[in-house]
Amino acid sequence: MLRQIEGSRAVAETVALCRPEVVCAYPISPQTHIIEAIGVMVASGALAPCEFINVESEFAAMSVSIGASAAGARAYTATASQGLLFMIEAVYNAAGLGLPIVMTLANRAIGAPINIWNDHSDAMAVRDAGWIQLFAETNQEAADLHVLAFRLAEELSLPVMVCMDGFILTHAVERVDLPDQAQVDAYLPPYEPRQVLEPDDPVSIGAMVGPEAFEEVRYLAHLRQLDALERIPALATAFEEAFGRPSGGLVSPYRIEDADIVIVALGSVLGTIKDAVDARRDAGDRVGVLGITAFRPFPNDAVREALSRARSVVVVEKAFSIGFGGVLSTDVAMASHDTGCTLRTIVCGLGGRPITSRSLEQAFAAAALDELDSLTFLDLDHEIVERERTRMTTTRRSGPSAENILRDLGTVASRID
Amino acid sequence: MFQVRIHGRGGQGVVAAAEILSMAAFAEGRHAQAFPSFGSERMGAPVVSFCRIDDRPIRTHEPVMEPDALVIQDVTLIHQVELFAGLSADAYVLINTSRSFDELGLGEFARRFHRDRLLTCPATELALEHLGRPLPNAVLLGGFAALTGQITLDAIGTAVRERFPGAVGDRNMAAAAAAFRFVTLEEEEMVHASTD
Repeated sequence: MLRQIEGSRAVAETVALCRPEVVCAYPISPQTHIIEAIGVMVASGALAPCEFINVESEFAAMSVSIGASAAGARAYTATASQGLLFMIEAVYNAAGLGLPIVMTLANRAIGAPINIWNDHSDAMAVRDAGWIQLFAETNQEAADLHVLAFRLAEELSLPVMVCMDGFILTHAVERVDLPDQAQVDAYLPPYEPRQVLEPDDPVSIGAMVGPEAFEEVRYLAHLRQLDALERIPALATAFEEAFGRPSGGLVSPYRIEDADIVIVALGSVLGTIKDAVDARRDAGDRVGVLGITAFRPFPNDAVREALSRARSVVVVEKAFSIGFGGVLSTDVAMASHDTGCTLRTIVCGLGGRPITSRSLEQAFAAAALDELDSLTFLDLDHEIVERERTRMTTTRRSGPSAENILRDLGTVASRID
Repeated sequence: MFQVRIHGRGGQGVVAAAEILSMAAFAEGRHAQAFPSFGSERMGAPVVSFCRIDDRPIRTHEPVMEPDALVIQDVTLIHQVELFAGLSADAYVLINTSRSFDELGLGEFARRFHRDRLLTCPATELALEHLGRPLPNAVLLGGFAALTGQITLDAIGTAVRERFPGAVGDRNMAAAAAAFRFVTLEEEEMVHASTD
């Protein structure tokens, strides 16, 4: 049913249609609206049978999810930013144990300095934890990916993280076509655990594994992620057949057939990028876009194929590896190493800095002229950085940089532009 | 695409106003996107929300930098926040106040815009009269409908009643309808003044 609805609400209602039996989470912006809405549905009996467990921290939230999943329940949680870091030991455990928990990550920057706004630092911090990571471009996709995520997770017995941009998607009220219960029930069969803790048939899960078997266990996890590369497109096809609209998949190409330049990105910025690309097309540049929906497992073959005809690739990232450069760029470089294209990285949107189509258009135009630097920080205020650098070289006790910069800017409250 | 920016203070329903406007556009079969300025919202702090309306799917997720219309719920913001940033001379501006642009110290500024696109509306007074509470957000949407013609009062009513079911919705709608009449009369007076 078509609704004009907040992204968080759309995700909450869709997750409820997936019939989770245990939901355990700890509130943190910008994820809170999702969990609040599910909490209300459990309290009212609209979502039943389901146990909503209040805990004291994100570490407990993931630990309870692990326990619930190991006991055979369909388990769901959501978090963001510092919350994800606080649960990180349990995040690794969920994947290592092969428990099909589904978690929404409402992407948000990581401190310090503290910042509640959107970027992808949190998702990148757990890139290697063994979770499948899917990125939503729109609220429609964010809702749909959760249905696909439960089925994928349970088929493979692997946890799945659905990443949606905090505030930009979670707090945006947009048109979303929500499925009905019968459609979801037809697509998502009841959870049949591969391993379960039950007194009548006791097993132990998570015991010590020494050097004699650890590498094999890890390699198996890798193989199961590679299996996901086969299952994700198949489940996306099944999704389109069942729900009448495309959602999910490994990658999402746009106007790449004849493109000299392909822009690669994750998440909601793809919408703004497509507008900028259309503008550059009108100006005569042959530009296209490749959205990465599955970031882990990384679809090497699909990315290589999509970039095989491009002369130049520009990766637009909302995160970077400090002291190196792009994170997604590294993966794209590996996938396209033998295609002969040049690769450039644009880092943007950190801590919620608006990514404007105007700035993107300028950067894409520069890329078309081969004038874009290999690593560009979009809309960076170089003067303000230089001022702090000078302060640091001339004064030993120059003080905290973040606060110095805020004082230089004269900022008393966050601005919109 | 028609882009709206709404300024007010935490507690005045700034975010809800954008949401209701988007629901009204949706009710008319159009595409709409409403979102807040993503701050740590607190009672009384400056808050901004945005709404885009279009006949085709809206892909962009950048803030509204060059609004076609500005709704100012709290007049005390005018000399504190850069309310008019990115505003073109063709833009619509609706300010919640019972004072004139000259009294607000905006007389010179106002002359840069089309006279019939720049209006004030005593939304807080109308809210107090109809709701008994100084909540100007839904009221101003009635004025917005009259000023811009981008949305019908009926669609605003559908959205207001969906957002605030029952008597609260009815009272908000009565206040919005009063604002619609106020703005319509103001515009008619302006037409008469220019033809006289």
